Amino acid sequence: MSREYETVIGLEVHVELATKTKIFCGCKTEFGGAINSHTCPICTGMPGALPILNKKVVEFAMAVGLATNCDITRLCKFDRKNYFYPDNPQDYQISQLYLPICRNGKVEIEVGDVKKEIGIHEIHMEEDAGKLVHDEWEDISIVDYNRSGVPLIEIVSEPDMRSADEVIAYLEKLRHTIQYLGASDCKLNEGSMRADVNISVREVGKKEFGTRTEMKNLNSFKAITHAIEGERARQIELLEMGKDVIQETRRWDDNKESSSSMRSKEDAKDYRYFPDPDLPPVSISEEWIKKIKDSQPELREEKLVRYETEYEIPKYDAEILTETRQVAELFEETSKLCDNTKMVSNFILGEMFRLLKEKDMDGTKIPFSPEHFAKLVKMVDKGVINIVVAKEVFEVLFKEDIDPEEYVKAHDLGVISDENELSEVIDRILAENPQSVEDYKGGKGKALGFLVGQTMKAMKGKAAPQKVNELLHSKLD
Amino acid sequence: MSLMDKTAYSVGQMIKEKQVSVTEVVEETLKTIEEKDKQVGGFLTVAKEEAVEEAKKIQALLEDGKLQGPLAGVPIAIKDNINTKGIKTTCASKILYNFVPTFDATAVQNLKTAGGIVVGKTNMDEFAMGSTTETSAYKITRNPWNLDHVPGGSSGGSCAAVAAREVLCALGSDTGGSIRQPSSYCGVTGIKPTYGTVSRYGLIAYGASLDQIGPVAKDVRDCAALLETIASYDKFDSTSMARKQYDFTSALTRDVKGLKVGIPRDYLKEGIDEDVKGAILAAAKVLEKEGAIIEEFDLDLVDYAIPAYYVVASAEASSNLARFDGVKYGYRTKEYENLHEMYKKTRSEGFGEEVKRRIMLGSFVLSSGYYDAYYLKALKVKRLIKEAFDKAFEKYDVLLGPVAPTTAPEIGKSLTDPLKMYLGDIYTVSINLAGLPAMSLPCGFGKNGLPIGLQIIGNCFKEKDVIRAGYTFEQATEEKYIQKGRV
Repeated sequence: MSREYETVIGLEVHVELATKTKIFCGCKTEFGGAINSHTCPICTGMPGALPILNKKVVEFAMAVGLATNCDITRLCKFDRKNYFYPDNPQDYQISQLYLPICRNGKVEIEVGDVKKEIGIHEIHMEEDAGKLVHDEWEDISIVDYNRSGVPLIEIVSEPDMRSADEVIAYLEKLRHTIQYLGASDCKLNEGSMRADVNISVREVGKKEFGTRTEMKNLNSFKAITHAIEGERARQIELLEMGKDVIQETRRWDDNKESSSSMRSKEDAKDYRYFPDPDLPPVSISEEWIKKIKDSQPELREEKLVRYETEYEIPKYDAEILTETRQVAELFEETSKLCDNTKMVSNFILGEMFRLLKEKDMDGTKIPFSPEHFAKLVKMVDKGVINIVVAKEVFEVLFKEDIDPEEYVKAHDLGVISDENELSEVIDRILAENPQSVEDYKGGKGKALGFLVGQTMKAMKGKAAPQKVNELLHSKLD
Repeated sequence: MSLMDKTAYSVGQMIKEKQVSVTEVVEETLKTIEEKDKQVGGFLTVAKEEAVEEAKKIQALLEDGKLQGPLAGVPIAIKDNINTKGIKTTCASKILYNFVPTFDATAVQNLKTAGGIVVGKTNMDEFAMGSTTETSAYKITRNPWNLDHVPGGSSGGSCAAVAAREVLCALGSDTGGSIRQPSSYCGVTGIKPTYGTVSRYGLIAYGASLDQIGPVAKDVRDCAALLETIASYDKFDSTSMARKQYDFTSALTRDVKGLKVGIPRDYLKEGIDEDVKGAILAAAKVLEKEGAIIEEFDLDLVDYAIPAYYVVASAEASSNLARFDGVKYGYRTKEYENLHEMYKKTRSEGFGEEVKRRIMLGSFVLSSGYYDAYYLKALKVKRLIKEAFDKAFEKYDVLLGPVAPTTAPEIGKSLTDPLKMYLGDIYTVSINLAGLPAMSLPCGFGKNGLPIGLQIIGNCFKEKDVIRAGYTFEQATEEKYIQKGRV
């Protein structure tokens, strides 16, 4: 194979918005609940029912658009996408084709220190469909409309990506931005963020795009990476054999790690889009845009810069601290309360992420308050407890959000720095470990560490380490 | 004079003055329906028990002084495409043969709040598609003036029932003339309000951008009172307009002095029956004598209204009627192998010919490659038609014309030639395209003895001009055209 190929990738990303109620009715959007318990005449397509637009959906879509440098369409419209399927109660989906709310945006991504801009073609609002539940035993299908009418935005990128790494970086960028805005939790594995990947290949240097395919059913970054690599190889193989790539939609099978054709362009449905006559155009005023702009929180890239300069935190640490808005807020608020940024950061990066992982949680919910966290840090700072005890208390704080001061008091975990008490214990340790004493005196500095450890152990970790060190030196030197 | 020959307004007065009880009025209505509807066929469902029950409640509320409106205690018939909670609502289609709504349309809700009593659901063209009520899947409705003739459509059941004095008043819906044309054919009065005046929530959509619910009654006063009752701003209908006022009865004055009335010249050209034309011109003379200034003028784009209407209405219908698919409610075919076949058989068997024709037409004009040439062009024509009316209303307060080119045709003569049937809508569809209010009221009789309707068209939100002109005409002619049908 002598020719070199370039992969061209564009993404269609669906994001479920975090509104309390559905896009066109007052039903709850929350997950769970008995089948069809979150439904009404509107989201089940009853005759005579009409949609009423949830303003919050427009505001979230605007917020995402503004954060991704889009132009906001001042008079945007809803269109009907017509197709028959039981999960689609009206047999049309209310979406936006002709005048989507956001257009012409861009985001910056970074792959291996190389920065690149990815264009956003448009962002539009639409409603989610219900869910079919197949009962094999009874040989029936049930339609659950609890998800019907849950608001979505679809973010359509330009075909600006050239590798799986760029795709992942772009998705991470979107995820962070949208999570920070509070517009969605963007969980790929739970379906609140879904990506369809359009891929084509072309010889390096050629200007025109190759024929593209669309890959669906990608539920993880791993699946996306593998699907892109697999589809690139498949298309190149076809071209090398002198065959054509067929424009089609393909479905990724994560178990088989391969894709198969779902439908070709010839089978593509004619959705007969037209403006929904039940919904007047949405007029978006300058004031409204300003209001959304003004309420935009500090986004992750801004925080990253500030953490490095203001807190002097290394880039790698800063990236973890800003992984979610909630973690970043915890870090900032706690730091403000206790003035020991370094220790706050260490607790979060070490203990907290370990505990989150143990509990299979992500950093979008913090189970304790910054006030309690700050108290803990302050107690270490003042020498009230030592770091070993502090880590134990942190674990309880994480699990039960206790007041560390009260907890330490109640469990008698305060540092012991009473010289008599410590001296007694150290004398006993020295007596029990004559070999170590000899080693130390013979010049093996390491032996001191062992003796400190033994003392701490005997004191159940509560001894003030500084004091122990001092006493040992005075007794041995 | 029997109770049923009176107007809704005067029966409402009698109830308030305790000359008659609500129960007596409801029972008289139910008895009359039972007697006459065998011949007329205006009703699909008579809500006998519900109405009798409701009468007691309303009577009690009246006695407690909790109901003040003019229509408290008055029985009303509702077109079968308007949702009535707990009462079957079929759109005269097999596909909704068993559909019982879980909620009232806002218009019905408003009626009930005012003390109106739903006595039944009236026949119509299936999904309001048709001009004769013959496309109903259930029954033929006959014109009370001559039982061999159609009542018009699509609100034929409502208009025939009012004309036959089976019920004092009714609600209809008008997408392209469906209140005005059967009102004209049946010799009753009906109003199609400005788009957005009466909530569409609970009206089963045909052409959503054109549909409006409106009143059908014996005279202008009843229509004004009924409109005042059902009209409201409704947050459940995003196309509903918050109007400054909903007071229409204050326009019931005999006063058209200086009112500028335009007659579109094209409305009286070829295609119109001579006796219809004569009646319209005579009506204009009546208004002129009352002090109105009458003038003929050229209204642009008259010829384009019908094609634009059928493209827009059918396009919307093809999508609005998609939800009738056998999955959630209504008719489902008995045997099927798979989902696709279930859809296909359900819809093939559940819809009638005319509905299928419009779904096909609508799907075609929306399909890719034709969208621009048909649908977008029709929307453009719609906008231009609105502009033509805007221009006319710079000069005139109201416009005057016929409702239909002829009087009611014989049963069985229309459906064989759909195109010809569509052409009969020439004077009504443009009003829906422009969103204007218009009234049809009786103004004479053809040589065949069948009623002729006069159409009065107003500018957007100017129902009161229309009502004032209509009321003046009625008073000036001493209500001589408000006669009862022969049934």
